Amino acid sequence: MKKELSRRDFLKASGILVVSFSASSVIEPLAAAQGPFDTHPSHVNPDKLDSWLAVASDGTVTAYTGKCDLGQGMYTVQTQLVAEELCVSIEKVKLIQCDTSVTPDQGTTSGSQSTPTNFNTRNLAQAAATAREALIGMAAQKLGVPGDQLTVADGAVSAAGGRRVSYSDLVGGKHFDLAVSATAKRRSPSEWKVLGTSVPSLDRVALMTGTFEFVHNVHVPGMVHGRVVRPPEIGATVEHVDEMSVQHIPGLIKVVVKNNFVGVVAEKQWQAAQAAKDLKVTWKPGAGLPAQKELYDYIRKQASRDVMVVNSKDVDDKLKSAAHVLKATYSYPYQAHGSMGSSCAVADVQADHATIWSPTQSVYPTQHGISMLTGLTAENVRVIFVRGSGCYGLNAADTVSYDAALLSQAVHKPVRVQLTRQDEFLSENYGSACVIEQQVGIDANGAIQAWDCDAWSISLGGRPGYGKPGNVITGMLAGFDPEMVTPRAAAEPTGELRNGSNAVPSYVAGCINGKCGGAGSIRSERVLMHSVPSPFFTGPLRSPLRLQNTFAHECFMDEVSTYAKADPVAFRLQHLSDARIIGVVKAAAQKANWVARPSPEHGNARGGKVTGRGIACVAYEGGNGYAALIAEVEVDQASGRVQPKRFIAALDCGPISNPDGLRNQIEGGVLQGTSRALSEEITWDERKVTSIDWRSYHTLPLGIQAPIFESVLVDQPAAKATGAGETAITLAAAAIGNAIFDATGARIRQVPFTAERVREALAARG
Amino acid sequence: MTAISLKVNGHVHKVDVPPETPLLYVLSDDLQLRGPKFGCGLAQCGACTVIIQGKAVRSCVMPVSAVKNREVTTLEGIGTPERPHAIQQDFIDEGAAQCGFCLSGVILSAKALLDDNPKASDEQIQEALSNVLCRCFAHTRMMRAIKRYQARRA
Repeated sequence: MKKELSRRDFLKASGILVVSFSASSVIEPLAAAQGPFDTHPSHVNPDKLDSWLAVASDGTVTAYTGKCDLGQGMYTVQTQLVAEELCVSIEKVKLIQCDTSVTPDQGTTSGSQSTPTNFNTRNLAQAAATAREALIGMAAQKLGVPGDQLTVADGAVSAAGGRRVSYSDLVGGKHFDLAVSATAKRRSPSEWKVLGTSVPSLDRVALMTGTFEFVHNVHVPGMVHGRVVRPPEIGATVEHVDEMSVQHIPGLIKVVVKNNFVGVVAEKQWQAAQAAKDLKVTWKPGAGLPAQKELYDYIRKQASRDVMVVNSKDVDDKLKSAAHVLKATYSYPYQAHGSMGSSCAVADVQADHATIWSPTQSVYPTQHGISMLTGLTAENVRVIFVRGSGCYGLNAADTVSYDAALLSQAVHKPVRVQLTRQDEFLSENYGSACVIEQQVGIDANGAIQAWDCDAWSISLGGRPGYGKPGNVITGMLAGFDPEMVTPRAAAEPTGELRNGSNAVPSYVAGCINGKCGGAGSIRSERVLMHSVPSPFFTGPLRSPLRLQNTFAHECFMDEVSTYAKADPVAFRLQHLSDARIIGVVKAAAQKANWVARPSPEHGNARGGKVTGRGIACVAYEGGNGYAALIAEVEVDQASGRVQPKRFIAALDCGPISNPDGLRNQIEGGVLQGTSRALSEEITWDERKVTSIDWRSYHTLPLGIQAPIFESVLVDQPAAKATGAGETAITLAAAAIGNAIFDATGARIRQVPFTAERVREALAARG
Repeated sequence: MTAISLKVNGHVHKVDVPPETPLLYVLSDDLQLRGPKFGCGLAQCGACTVIIQGKAVRSCVMPVSAVKNREVTTLEGIGTPERPHAIQQDFIDEGAAQCGFCLSGVILSAKALLDDNPKASDEQIQEALSNVLCRCFAHTRMMRAIKRYQARRA
């Protein structure tokens, strides 16, 4: 069998494009294709229009994207984008997502970066605009009419008098052979016909009727089933594997051991499950774990790697001269992605090439990781994204892809690996635990004069990228080292403000050498981030660090407004300077009929059920979307139970591609954030993680009394498109925490706000 | 192994599997159905839900031998993309999903309840879904779709 399905073969096989792809024109020398995505060079050159788009002889359009649909709707909106820019109906567009054989390397689908990457003036959007202009140019020649007298609609270019030529007649089945033009003009939102409308998600009917193909449904001829046997304790290593312990299991193909990686392969899934359960492995214990109840002290006591994000160098003086100084410390636990489906992948590793069907967010980085694990060269590893269960970040999608590759290589057959629920909880990279210390100086009028923040987070491993397979558990077990935190003192900040972790509160000016990139007006500012080593693997979990930091900033802002006896909305507006964050705060307050008054609500009784409201806002990643959220909650002061009743969100993500899709993201994000705020926490004992299923890791089920949602979509057609999948979730914990305080006068500075923790806080009110 | 006869979505299948094999594995591996999915294998999340004799059943913990002569209906068995079942249409119309991995649990649990008790109270609906998870938290849309289906049944 030959080494790899080429892009040309793929196109032929999929019946999309039948002629004219010659391998030499598509597969570039590696160095020629260095892309703009902080990625490795791949054979699909992002500078070439043909890498992004092809028009078939029947007029259908195939588009290629390196940003995939994880359930957040990117398939639909990217299809809308191509239809819009090319002026074809959406049914004519077929989007191919994330396949190392055919799509450009756009790195990882993460960080609310898909929309900014592909919807502004680069990449997929620009390729489609280039194609439209090129087609107009071709039509001008063919029709003998100047391009500016031609119109495009429905896959054809028309001149006055009814003469028209279709795209398929112009370029169908042929290469464009053009570079993506940086000057091709994007269609403006005022012209939009497909973008900006609530196109129903294109996967909807298949999903609802159970016909959608998830990676869990991939069947490859000759496929057998693998399971893994993870170390039961953190840091445990293999002492002995008793292969005889599973020889009685029918269908067993092999017990696979590679360093500390242990797995089994059998003909049927149930046999593999039995073998994984019965396999006797003697583990050498790990070093033990820090006590969970002392985690937040443990975090602060570690030697840390520090980054000074902003430092006006006058904070100490301003705090000394302030009329009053307020301090508070917030803490946030490790949390799980807890994907609905335990992760699954299928790998077919042959002697000289491999194909992996993977739910990874990062096909190209995964290609490189699997290359390192298997010893195959990267170009002989093809990784095809097939959607898994919603991941919300670095769940076990990458690691299960490694599992499948290692097991397939060991048995020379295609292997499907299904993690168990326990495996999933022991295999994912948790969202980091954080401790955030806040301090402000206030003047005699109650205005904030100086803001000082120390933000600790705990970290081990992370996304494997192109060269660190040890950043997830399978790579580490197979012998690759994870990225460790090495202590280092902070240097003074230089260049522009980088607020990608939202460590800098929205209320400071964010000035570095006179250049101010913050959203607020407080000039005396210092933000120091500390990263310390984690005993558990960590990685991005929807709004990584941004959520934790925003929880601390926005709750603390409320504490300060209470001290100043100010209304929390007015107090925020007093310290904000950025028009867009001001815009969402005002929009949310207006929609909620917010009545100005200080918090807490003084009329509330100290017993029974009481209600309160809280607000929080964020300039996501400093400027990749803006949101404000108002939570209205009921607190049962006897039980400590918190019931969100209503959420009002205002969100500004630039021009809105799909309003209903955006609402879906806001609603889901806020409720997911609510679950994280109220109940989710990884737990452990002296040696092992103990939150390993849905009885020990607590999530809000579907059967909750769902709150009412009202979303204000602040359209900014002239602005750049920003991300929108993580802005709303960033605010849930803070808005709910502030609402609990408003209702009860009890401030809870530690997530999750469990009933027990709420009762303790209520008791501590005195 | 034993040959087991199984009626699924109107078709009779013979599968040669150990009788203790969970029904889910037979449905997804041997019959290659896509509706029921492995979420937890512990009957804690609902992703594997099927309907047997009008009841929502967790196929991940039910041995295939326990099905006996009863017909199994999966999410793809109640309707097709061309002719979705009424409750599927309601979920389509409400856009009540994100990743969609949970839908067998959500749709079939609600369907089983409301087909049995069309006048179920909100509390009864919540109770029926108290063990069903959607980790994308498309809850509000899902509840709207369920209420739509209930309104049709009334």
